[in-house]
Amino acid sequence: MTAPLLEVQDLHVAFGPKTVVDGVGLSIAPGEKLALVGESGSGKTVTALALLRLLHGARITGRAVFDDGRQPRELLALPERELRALRGDRIAMIFQEPMTALNPLMTVGEQIVEVLRLKRALTPAQSAQAAIDLLAKTGIPEPARRAGAYPHQLSGGQRQRAMIAMALACKPKLLLADEPTTALDVSLRGQILDLLRELQRENGMAVLLITHDLQLVRRFADRVAVMQHGRLVEQGATGAVFAAPRHEYTRQLMASQPERDVDESPHAGGAAPVLAARGLRVSYPTPLPGVRGWFAKGQFVALQGADFAIGPGRTLGVIGESGSGKSTLAQAALGLLPRRQVGGDVQVAGVRWQHRAGADKPLRRRVQVVFQDPFSSLSPRLTVEDIVGEGLRVHAPHLGAAQRAEQVRRSLHEVGLGEARFPGLLARYPHEFSGGQRQRIALARALIVGPELLVLDEPTSALDVTIQKQVLRLLQQLQRQRALSYLLITHDVAVVRAMAHDVLVLKDGRVVEAGAAAQVLGAPQHPYTRKLLAAA
Amino acid sequence: MSDAATGARSLSPARRAWLRFKRNRLGLWSLVLFATLVVLSLLAEVISNDKPLVVRYDGQFYFPLVKTYPEKVFGGDFDTETDYLDPFIRAQFAKPGNWAVFPPNPYGARTINYFAKSPNPSAPSRDNWLGTDDRGRDLLAQLIYGFRVSVLFGLALTAVGTLLGVAAGAVQGFFGGKTDLAFQRFIEVWGSMPELYLLIIFSAIFSPSLALLLVLLSLFGWMGLSDYVRAEFLRNRQLDYVKSARALGVPNMQIIRRHILPNSMVPVVTFLPFRMSGAILALTSLDFLGLGVPPGTPSLGELLSQGKNNIDAWWISISTFGVLVLTLLLLTFMGDALRDALDPRRAEQ
Repeated sequence: MTAPLLEVQDLHVAFGPKTVVDGVGLSIAPGEKLALVGESGSGKTVTALALLRLLHGARITGRAVFDDGRQPRELLALPERELRALRGDRIAMIFQEPMTALNPLMTVGEQIVEVLRLKRALTPAQSAQAAIDLLAKTGIPEPARRAGAYPHQLSGGQRQRAMIAMALACKPKLLLADEPTTALDVSLRGQILDLLRELQRENGMAVLLITHDLQLVRRFADRVAVMQHGRLVEQGATGAVFAAPRHEYTRQLMASQPERDVDESPHAGGAAPVLAARGLRVSYPTPLPGVRGWFAKGQFVALQGADFAIGPGRTLGVIGESGSGKSTLAQAALGLLPRRQVGGDVQVAGVRWQHRAGADKPLRRRVQVVFQDPFSSLSPRLTVEDIVGEGLRVHAPHLGAAQRAEQVRRSLHEVGLGEARFPGLLARYPHEFSGGQRQRIALARALIVGPELLVLDEPTSALDVTIQKQVLRLLQQLQRQRALSYLLITHDVAVVRAMAHDVLVLKDGRVVEAGAAAQVLGAPQHPYTRKLLAAA
Repeated sequence: MSDAATGARSLSPARRAWLRFKRNRLGLWSLVLFATLVVLSLLAEVISNDKPLVVRYDGQFYFPLVKTYPEKVFGGDFDTETDYLDPFIRAQFAKPGNWAVFPPNPYGARTINYFAKSPNPSAPSRDNWLGTDDRGRDLLAQLIYGFRVSVLFGLALTAVGTLLGVAAGAVQGFFGGKTDLAFQRFIEVWGSMPELYLLIIFSAIFSPSLALLLVLLSLFGWMGLSDYVRAEFLRNRQLDYVKSARALGVPNMQIIRRHILPNSMVPVVTFLPFRMSGAILALTSLDFLGLGVPPGTPSLGELLSQGKNNIDAWWISISTFGVLVLTLLLLTFMGDALRDALDPRRAEQ
């Protein structure tokens, strides 16, 4: 066995009194692919940033020896100037969100050239050619033209490729990849991963992949290290860990694939649909360029020709990638779009949205919504009682404060939140709850008015996998108890597999495939559906 | 994220911000000192006044502070109001059985000391602790009353400007679109009016008064703030909790009041002390230019202008300068502490 490229021992990182990384030790051999897995807040990103000392206001202790064959160097004790020479040159990093990691005011080519000239001292002409070659290597079509493009002119996948090109500009020995595919659509994730693997093999570079996605780890890594609460709980060869996880937490992570547990009885044909749409079309006004824009507005069609119906107690899963019109569909079902933007027909229990506050009020009671982001979906300045009780103030104004509190308590109990675990629950503010608990509060807020249909807009995609499974189980249970219908919007095929009776596949605002879940997911007809399913 | 089991008592975001504010010693002590000074200046009549608080004369009690007595009551010759600084009246009070309790500084805001021992402006002495100004008025009394006028004016201007600014920003930000566009253009036109010339013109047309100044300065004072509130509203109205409220059918006014407004107040609160110091400075500079309060009103700006005209009367400029610097410094320290307390990055901790 060769000497390790990076040897980390007893790494501690603390912000103020709070220890975020607690005694992590790991080593990476040259050319090895190590995955660091954990849920949000487990300290995996902080570990990577600490190695390059890119954390502000943190106290870092421990040892991290980097030895690329020239001389071993202690990263945590290196003078800032020498560390700067290592960063980007011997050790490079790529980030989750390429839009914010690239400078929006410089073309992609300029940014790569900047790295090359700083670290490689090439002439402008040489580095410009080298930048184009690098972009070509990452598989960007027409690299010479793309080098002159600004980040916003590239698609998400191309931006991530450009960032990889930049990171690889100096042929680093170690690449720290922080959730490199999380911000991308599923069909792109596999491609980026393949690209990383290919480049890794070509350059003999080691990769530390930081991720929460176990599928990714299984496909990519040689070894895996599992983190929980700042500690390394398990470490080993990928195959061995997946085959026989030793730590309880690892087992929990492995078992967090959502399970299907829904009412499978065939659809009762006679029941009237809770939500029905025919020829639904949504368009947004867009500014036109030049003088024309002063007098007229362009039109962007976000969704067209959507027909669907949801029966009582059933779930319609809508899948598609970002920009496919999924969220627009949710807004239209909720009647939240201005009348002029909506064409076609959307009916809730046979009644059409009027787009007037007074006329729509009875309908609002029947359709409720749960959003993706558990942090922006609860107002930080209201108590749990005010948040959950809001619907009652509108739809049952005759209730007194005590009755309202009683109903709020009942609704919270239904989603699994009780005074027993959270003393003084009603008077608490959202900041005291974790993501999964917030999502439950949002669910209680929706359920309190007794809706028939819940629009779930990516209800679990911001949650950690173990929490995701719990929330999905709760949703399944509520559906059985209350005969609720769900309009489930997601990009995650596993969630649809676990929840949906019927599936709608959207691409660029059009329905490309629709039908019973077993049929669409089991025997997809459209090539796009096949691609989506293959990537998942 | 704090563990939900840390305690039964849950702190509202405002309360947590207050706890963070309290941790900043400089800001907290500035607030305490400033509040003390304001309360003292509100009691100015008992601290610095030319009328005694209580008088015992010929076996009877008199309260000149609340009631006006002619000189005849105390053995004088005239029916006019008593001048309690007159050596004759002082002698009357000094007779056996009679006494009078004067405030610590026996001069009011408009009292002219006709009995000063040196020509005006006179240097600090045992009679006038900080000396007198060029009209023979006691400087300490001027500063106390001038401070009170400045602070009250600053408070009023800040309150009116904040209310207008929040309302204007809320309307633009919540409704957006054409409303926003029209409002923005109006603000651009309104903001390009020459404020100072308007003040000069209006002070020529109307007789100057504090109320007129308040109206004129308020007309222009709300614009800076409305931009911040507008931006906060634009950001907050598309957040999921607002969408959830709309999906519940909550009326617009209630969405603004319960959901968006409380979450848009951070820039408003952060700017309060700075706006207040700005308002005090505005009044002071207008007074300095002679465009401010009516003549005779105690005012820091007018004192500064006296200091400029009587450059050898150092006690005028130095003491006025000291009061102004202290006031503005305290407000700035409070503003800094408040800004740190409401910083969203620290709020996460």
